[in-house]
Amino acid sequence: MFSIIRTIWYVLLHMFHKRVTVQYPEHKPYLSPRYRGRIVLSRDPDGGDRCVACYLCAVVCPVDCIALQATEDPTGRRYPEFFRINFSRCIFCGLCEEACPTYAIQLTPDFEMGEYHRQNMVYEKQDLLISGPGKYPGYNYWRVAGVKIGGKDKGEAENEGRPVDLHSLLP
Amino acid sequence: MTSPYPILAIVGILVVALTLAAGLIWLERRLLALWQDRYGPNRVGPFGLLQVLADMIKIFFKEDWIPPFADKAVFVLAPAVIVVTVLMSFAVLPIAPGIIVSDLNIGLLFVLAMSSLGVYSVVLAGWSSDNKYSLLGGLRAAAQMLSYEVFMGLSLMGVVLLAGSFDLSAIVEAQRHLWFVVPQFLGFLLFLVAGVAETRRLPFDLPEAESELIAGFHSEYSGMKFGMFFVGEYLGVILISSLISILFFGGWLGPILPPIVWFLLKTFFFISFFILLRASLPRPRFDQLMSWGWKVMLPLALANLLVTGAVALAWSK
Repeated sequence: MFSIIRTIWYVLLHMFHKRVTVQYPEHKPYLSPRYRGRIVLSRDPDGGDRCVACYLCAVVCPVDCIALQATEDPTGRRYPEFFRINFSRCIFCGLCEEACPTYAIQLTPDFEMGEYHRQNMVYEKQDLLISGPGKYPGYNYWRVAGVKIGGKDKGEAENEGRPVDLHSLLP
Repeated sequence: MTSPYPILAIVGILVVALTLAAGLIWLERRLLALWQDRYGPNRVGPFGLLQVLADMIKIFFKEDWIPPFADKAVFVLAPAVIVVTVLMSFAVLPIAPGIIVSDLNIGLLFVLAMSSLGVYSVVLAGWSSDNKYSLLGGLRAAAQMLSYEVFMGLSLMGVVLLAGSFDLSAIVEAQRHLWFVVPQFLGFLLFLVAGVAETRRLPFDLPEAESELIAGFHSEYSGMKFGMFFVGEYLGVILISSLISILFFGGWLGPILPPIVWFLLKTFFFISFFILLRASLPRPRFDQLMSWGWKVMLPLALANLLVTGAVALAWSK
């Protein structure tokens, strides 16, 4: 019996507690830099596509919301011909970001993506591309990768030695 | 002391009671939020007051569905019964001197009789829905309301003894020097508990118990029929709160402020207390509820009546 009255009293005292609700449109909550929100495609410091269209993100995506088509430019650089994310399916799990070998696909602390039409939830490549390098400034895949593309031969990448002529190793 | 313009009083009380019942939805949500460290509805209109309007528009446009297996006539009638019986009780409530529809000399008995009739609504709703959860809810409601009604009436007999009348206006007038809550404190507590049980409010909401019976007797109801049960429930809360303030806290009596303001203030206080109870207390088991009613509350009410009667007799000698 006493405990009932005590409970009522304690609940009454909650009147003077701080509210836990965040009045959202007026007060935006703090989102950590690692928050998994809207997905973007970043560019390398030189302004080119980071994405090499390896399909790893599309493969790892548990809800199959990423679609892309690989192609090559005249210099031999792979890039996606189109890159499409259906955000009405996306569950923002961040697996695509983990799978990406070139830091191209990244999740950002932005979740305000409401739309009145479902079609508008499908983001094309031009909607996804941002102008900067995102979370990894200074990283350029093509500059460190040992792949030969136009204007960069084998062995010319950063931290890479000249390829060894196998015939010189013969006894 | 009946109102000089009975039609005016009828319309006034009807409009005010129904508006308050609707407004209570907003009040309950805001107060519950207050006690749960939230804000509650605060977006639609000033302080979220228009939320009520939005909810009403929504519920009016809901599909009014009658299940094909239901007993149609009874199914339709049941929600009306509760609103009608509760509104009938409002007819004898003295809001302030002159603001009363009918100054019945057996007003208190009339209120008790009407609240007993209210049981039919719940039982018939549970029965006509032809759904086992609804039936269980209806059964629970019948058992609960019948057993709590017994000592609800008995707990008020002390007040009647002291005032010497069943007339609610006379009972208020008898409290000019001392509120009945002082000599009848036990009676007040008993009536409070019985009142909560009678309106089927938490913690005594076993007939609807969402977690056990889905929604109990109104599982099958939708649209405005469902809304009627809620209007009836909130009207019941207002009724019990005003009865408490009339019978134990001197109704309209109070210094400085006009009588009607005093009455509304006291009633509002008890409505808030009802909501506080909902915010803080868990639901008892049904057997606990029953054994409490018959083994604790009923003997206490009888003892209260006995002692009050003895004292009143000794006093009058």
